Amino acid sequence: MKRLFRYLKSYKKELVLGPFFKLLEAIFELIVPIVMARIIDNGIANKDSAYVLKMSGLIIILGVCGLCFALTCQFLAAKCAYGFGTDLRADLYRHINSLSYSSIDKIGTSSLINRLTNDSMTVQNGVNMFIRLAVRAPFLVIGAAIMAFMIDMKLSLVLILSAPLISVIIFLIMRKTVPMYRKTQQKLDKAALLTRESLEGTRVIRAFSRQNEEIEEFSEAVNEIAECSAAVGKISAILNPAAFMIMNLGIVAIIWFGGLRIDSGSLTQGELTAFTNYMTQILLALVVLANLIVIFTKAFASANRISEVFSLPSEETGTIPPDRSSENIIEFCNVSFGYENSGEDSVHDLSFTLKRGEMLGIIGGTGSGKSTAAALIPAFYRPTSGKVIVSGVDINEVNVEELRKIIGTVPQKAVLFSGTLRENMQWQKSDATDEEIISALKTAQAWEFVEKLPKGLDTYIAQGGSNLSGGQKQRIAIARALVGKPDILILDDSTSALDYSTDLRLRKALKENLSETSVVMISQRTTSLKGADRIIVMEDGQPVGIGTHDELLESCEIYQDIYRSQMNEKEDRHA
Amino acid sequence: MLKTLKRVFSYARPYIAYFIFTLIFAASGISLSLSVPVFIGKAVDCCLGEGNVDFEKLLIIVIELGISVIASGLFQWLMSLCTNKLAFKTVRDIRADAFAKIQRVPLNYIDRRTKGELTSRVINDIEILSDGLLQGFTQFFSGVITIIGTLIFMMIINYKIAIVVVILTPLSFIAASRITKASHDSYVAQSKLRGDMVGLAEEMTGNQKLVKAFVYDKRAEERFAKLNHNYGKIGAKATFFSSMTNPTTRFVNGVIYAAVGLLGALGAIGNFPFIGAMSVGRLSSFLAYSNQYTKPFNEISGVFAELQNAVASAKRVFDLLDEEEVSDDSEADKLTDPTGELSFSHVSFSYSPEFKLIQDFNLEVKPGQRIAIVGPTGCGKSTMINLLLRFYDIESGTITVSGKDINSVTRDSLRESFGMVLQETWVFTGTVAENISYGKPEATRDEIIAAAKAVHAHGFIKRLPDGYDTVISESSGLSQGQKQLICIARVMLMDPPMLILDEATSSIDLRTEHRIQRAFIKLMEGKTSFIIAHRLSTIKNSDTILVMKHGNIIEQGSHKELMSRKGFYSELYNSQFAT
Repeated sequence: MKRLFRYLKSYKKELVLGPFFKLLEAIFELIVPIVMARIIDNGIANKDSAYVLKMSGLIIILGVCGLCFALTCQFLAAKCAYGFGTDLRADLYRHINSLSYSSIDKIGTSSLINRLTNDSMTVQNGVNMFIRLAVRAPFLVIGAAIMAFMIDMKLSLVLILSAPLISVIIFLIMRKTVPMYRKTQQKLDKAALLTRESLEGTRVIRAFSRQNEEIEEFSEAVNEIAECSAAVGKISAILNPAAFMIMNLGIVAIIWFGGLRIDSGSLTQGELTAFTNYMTQILLALVVLANLIVIFTKAFASANRISEVFSLPSEETGTIPPDRSSENIIEFCNVSFGYENSGEDSVHDLSFTLKRGEMLGIIGGTGSGKSTAAALIPAFYRPTSGKVIVSGVDINEVNVEELRKIIGTVPQKAVLFSGTLRENMQWQKSDATDEEIISALKTAQAWEFVEKLPKGLDTYIAQGGSNLSGGQKQRIAIARALVGKPDILILDDSTSALDYSTDLRLRKALKENLSETSVVMISQRTTSLKGADRIIVMEDGQPVGIGTHDELLESCEIYQDIYRSQMNEKEDRHA
Repeated sequence: MLKTLKRVFSYARPYIAYFIFTLIFAASGISLSLSVPVFIGKAVDCCLGEGNVDFEKLLIIVIELGISVIASGLFQWLMSLCTNKLAFKTVRDIRADAFAKIQRVPLNYIDRRTKGELTSRVINDIEILSDGLLQGFTQFFSGVITIIGTLIFMMIINYKIAIVVVILTPLSFIAASRITKASHDSYVAQSKLRGDMVGLAEEMTGNQKLVKAFVYDKRAEERFAKLNHNYGKIGAKATFFSSMTNPTTRFVNGVIYAAVGLLGALGAIGNFPFIGAMSVGRLSSFLAYSNQYTKPFNEISGVFAELQNAVASAKRVFDLLDEEEVSDDSEADKLTDPTGELSFSHVSFSYSPEFKLIQDFNLEVKPGQRIAIVGPTGCGKSTMINLLLRFYDIESGTITVSGKDINSVTRDSLRESFGMVLQETWVFTGTVAENISYGKPEATRDEIIAAAKAVHAHGFIKRLPDGYDTVISESSGLSQGQKQLICIARVMLMDPPMLILDEATSSIDLRTEHRIQRAFIKLMEGKTSFIIAHRLSTIKNSDTILVMKHGNIIEQGSHKELMSRKGFYSELYNSQFAT
């Protein structure tokens, strides 16, 4: 939390001056009823037109000054809040970018997005409202109370009694409704989920002719929303009428007791008018105060969520640049790694060496630790024991940015970003030329369809690549990693959406065009890995076999199983 | 805009009683609350000074005041209740309609749009519509009543000063609308920038691991910083503009207050003949009115700003509701007892006229036959599914099932005769049992378990925390293969005469893949099946193979026939064994 206050430091001036100007406006606002009381008591009683004129002028002057002060405050508030928000977001985003994979795993990307956008904006709004109202509302309450005290001590008892009463009612209603609002929001989220699921499964729903059941289920959900909101509405609808009643019944009391006080000569007619005015001001300010409390509670909750992100440590990095002339490209020495909070090792005691230009295959079932082992190479995770040496440098000492720049990664799920195809292809190398891009696309077997696009490399890719087919996305994602000819290429089961013939052509092209690149290929198909210089067979985090295809066929039982199951189909061919 | 408003209110029509009561309660509550200053004024006039207070009269006034305050409070409360009911019920109906519409539009409409955008119409846009149009309307209405009521009361007290107030009124109105307009433009700019910034954050942070893998972080930061900076600048401006409203109207109020005070006081003094004589009490009630007079103007201009927003949202919702629906087939015959016999004759189809896809396609399928659809990545294999299940209608030719033209039977009965397992598995939030019995809700637990056992899904389901009653969802940690098995069990339970299967190969580990293989084989026993095939054994044993490329069927025949033709198929087939 303290960390967030630091961002307010550059706006000290606004933070002090803003409320100050607002205070001035509030003071002026408090003076008006007194001036009016003077007009009534002195001007009218003495039939002094000049005095009335003078005092009316004074009210307008007070109004003009009040307007100027208020606008100054609003200006300062907006400037401070948005300046604060912008600085905070910029830093928060920078920090998010510096987080390690384990930290990202801990909070989750969707939550990070929320904290970066919604939460930062909620805090920003909190700052804005703080400057604008945090001083004004309590000041009006206290100021009006003091003014009322000065006019008539005994009559102020009415104020003293009704103000807490209203506060209690506001508090009770809020305590009841806030959780109910949350519940309504949850119900709304549920309806959104239903809509999404139904859209995603349209084909299935229609194939099973279940439209009416879907509609029925959704109707129930929206019914619940309506009931829930009506229930909250019922309670929150009490707030305004209740405040109105208490305020005006207070005025009733003031008039009655004020009448008694006037009768005894301790109060004037004008003062009574002023008194009712203060009563109104106090109660209106209390309602504002209640809303303010809600805003601040939300802002504090958001601020806490943001602080949590800041408290995560940045990823550590060494300073040694990768040695691009080292003989071995990847060395694992007794490497074990387990995810935080999981207890078990996801990769256990893995050792192997890969020379430059060689190809490594990793095969195994889901959850066997294939992808985890590969994620250790670009230092996304650090081994819990053992040593990972990539391009001649221990990953605990290497400059990770430099390291990642020489590694091309193709994730399991092909994700493309909104922007032109060219922009997508420049992720690995920001200044890649069209020739480089086209050559990469050719290797990835993507040029055949990109070539046919009317706009070629300027084709706009929608968010997530939704205007491309799965196979097209996968090939572009592969090409993206090839731009700039990386030293290491990691393919994490990245050819699953490709048919055999495209897969084959891709592997051939990789061998021909990127002969100096060391390829790490994770796959389910033995045929894809057959040409690898070394294949690691993983099961439950354990490397159960390391060797070439032929060696493994000799020695590794699990590899034999996998191979045989896939070859059953092959036998068909010879039959 | 008017049309859209009318349409929203047509949804409110069934709840017109609430609407009328809202108006009645608003009118009574507000006029009673407006009478308060009159009572206060009268009361002040009873208290002229020391020893000069008319307690008898004062008591009556105080009681009258108390009663009208309580009554007004009650009416205001009732008004809120009615508005709430009106709004929530109307919104519920629109939402249910919008959702139902989604089930009835042609698939092509859904395929063309992102799921998020359509979801946001059903959820967010309707929420905005509710806030802006329905609640806004009540605010607008009570604002207007307050203004008119205040003017009437002022007229009664002293019509001359009231006229001065009326003359000053445009001041308040102009100020409010000017500010609203100025802030509206920068608000639009702000919300666009906000959308851009959130969009970028979603894309980049959502794929944070990839950003790091490509060392794209510096560039992402630059892009974010630029949007963030602009958002901060425009946002500050928009917020400042909109926050001008309150102080400005307070000021205008102050001017009116001073003018009323001046004229009233001069009138009370009595040496300003134009105004006429006026008591202090009347002056103070007049002052109270002028104090609350400008507030509704403020609210009304706020309502207009929100209204623009709400109308835009309402338009998006109604655009969806106005979409053409698939043709009504409730009069058509039901497809009864399909045998699994099927034929295509002279079928042509394309998604858009420029790109001819399937032309003059002919195929006879006997019950129990197996049809494999093969072809390279992205060749348009799913087109066949779209046509068979009538997700899309063919342009010419006929498809018949058991001798009946599929256009002459109801879509539901046609689709019920097919079982379908797609590569993109679909489970919904619900228990495993509910997911399996999706196509046959009346199935008993024994039937469900039998189906799961038949496709080898029973084992893993049993190991789930609550077995068949475990609640699962798209994101609940089931593996892709497990989801696939549930989808297969779903079809197994229905036992349809015809099948459409997509042999998925991606992201499934070997053991599960084997299990799915076996499940498929079990499922296909005795059924006519269309298989989007990836496995050689499946392809080879098929009765007919359809070879597709770029959306067209380019070759058709049995494995032997196609191999001897030495065309695209034989090339494709041979490539699978090369390393």
